[in-house]
Amino acid sequence: MNWGVVIPLLLFLVIIFFIGFYASKYLKSSADFLQEYFLGSRQLGGFILAMTMVATYGSASSFVGGPGVAYTVGLGWVLLSMTQLATGYFVLSVLGKKFAIMARKIRAVTLVDFLKERYQSKWVVILSAASIIIFLFSAMAAQWVGGARLIESFTGLSYTAALFIFAVSVLVYVIIGGFRAVAITDTVQGIIMFFGTMIILVGTIIAGGGIESIISDLAAENPDLISPYGADRSLTPVYVSSFWILVGVGVVGLPQVAVRAMSYKSSRGMHRALIIGTVVVGVIMLGMHLTGVFARPVLPGIEVGDTVMPRIAMEVLPAWLAGIVLAAPMAAIMSTVDSLLLLVSSAVVKDVYLNYVNPEASAKKVKRLSISVTAVIGILVFAMAVQPPDLLIWLNLFAFGGLEAAFIWPVIMGLYWKKGNASGAIASILTGVGSYILFHSFMPQAFGMHTVVLPVLLSLLAYILFSLLTVKRHADIQKHVFQKLWSA
Amino acid sequence: MNHQDKRMEDPRYKIANKEALIGVVLVIVNFILWYGFAYGMGSGPVEEYDYIFGFPAWFFYSCIAVTVLIFLLVILAVKFLFKEVPLDEEDEK
Repeated sequence: MNWGVVIPLLLFLVIIFFIGFYASKYLKSSADFLQEYFLGSRQLGGFILAMTMVATYGSASSFVGGPGVAYTVGLGWVLLSMTQLATGYFVLSVLGKKFAIMARKIRAVTLVDFLKERYQSKWVVILSAASIIIFLFSAMAAQWVGGARLIESFTGLSYTAALFIFAVSVLVYVIIGGFRAVAITDTVQGIIMFFGTMIILVGTIIAGGGIESIISDLAAENPDLISPYGADRSLTPVYVSSFWILVGVGVVGLPQVAVRAMSYKSSRGMHRALIIGTVVVGVIMLGMHLTGVFARPVLPGIEVGDTVMPRIAMEVLPAWLAGIVLAAPMAAIMSTVDSLLLLVSSAVVKDVYLNYVNPEASAKKVKRLSISVTAVIGILVFAMAVQPPDLLIWLNLFAFGGLEAAFIWPVIMGLYWKKGNASGAIASILTGVGSYILFHSFMPQAFGMHTVVLPVLLSLLAYILFSLLTVKRHADIQKHVFQKLWSA
Repeated sequence: MNHQDKRMEDPRYKIANKEALIGVVLVIVNFILWYGFAYGMGSGPVEEYDYIFGFPAWFFYSCIAVTVLIFLLVILAVKFLFKEVPLDEEDEK
């Protein structure tokens, strides 16, 4: 076992546990358990809001997968990754104050709460809760596999043991501390990700003998490594641009990100978060992917993309510093998983159980149920991740784009277009998810764009068309919705 | 929606709508600059590239300079265009 690397990681876990205990005090004293457990009582300040958004969004792919691809493809992949800069300011400014104000008017705790009040339809609630549970459950399992592989790779533990450590760590602080613990640990994890990125980038540049010499080494190996088209010239402008939909603006539709846009305390906090979030996401995305490219001349001939990050860290940094830097991908995975875990629990408890199974449940019962549902989901994900079934891997392929296609229009149009109604929302969710799966299976990358683009456009058309066709049928309900959500 | 609805609307939404629009404008500016520099300067043969601080010029401008410019634009937008409004309902608390 490589103790120099393991000790900083252990320290990191200890800090995370302390935060869990700290947050659990709020959970015990809070008057409204659901608001505290699933939303931190809307108390987030600007810095924590920015960090929890960035950390939730930034996952294994930003720290392990992405740099690995950049290593193979070159600067073209960094160009593609920079489409993610938009997530820093777009989500918060577009959902913005309107989402926060509306959510307060109806005391919404989850994204589905908002959709329920906005559309007043059982089917919207059931469809959206089901999409969240199915897609995010599989996304979570995939992240756990990534987390366990990472622990396995630098501790030498078996995969199952690594998975166990990972699962227990996340479960403990999420269960005892709820959303507040998740947001604060996300902040610590975001800070680690930010500084880890800078350290590894600088270390790699020094090891490669400066930027100029790295770039000329790359150009000497294959000139296209420094072109925007990628090593084999397969990155077309249309394909790269289509990532603005997938990882730029489409992120608005991800429930785990959107729910954070109603968790902040004041508009001042939101303003600060806009600035901090943009800078942090910009630095992390640029730094990590650039490191992946720069690693190529320093450590040539790496076959498995996912090992580029751990190997370059151990190559160019002293062991203790590598340990801190390697805590970054760990932090990225954990901060994504903890949010997903809480979100899936909230979909089960708040959106399904309290809406349709037992609306009269006592406060004490809700509390016990929330905690045990989180625990059970955690254990189920663990069981799945030990040997991931094919279905789960298949579902995870759709998790990101599928959720975006499902939710982006019901949320955005729900906020900004008063004529949008339940029929439009249902049509949009079904079209989004359905066409995403169909395109993915039969016509991937249609017209040279990422598969997500057409389903997002189709679901917009479906939303508008069905809303306009059913104006009469929903007239009364819409009046009521306007009263509740729009009037002063 | 008819005239009366507009007058009854929560006045904070006017501010919120404007700020959402600013977000959309920022993303469009971001995209155009990113695309313009990357493919405007990077499409030619690699042998003819210019270099800035060791980076190919297309990369320096589209990925580094534009990123910094967007940081600045976000800061300016927030400082001068975004307004602080109370989020809570008066009758709460």
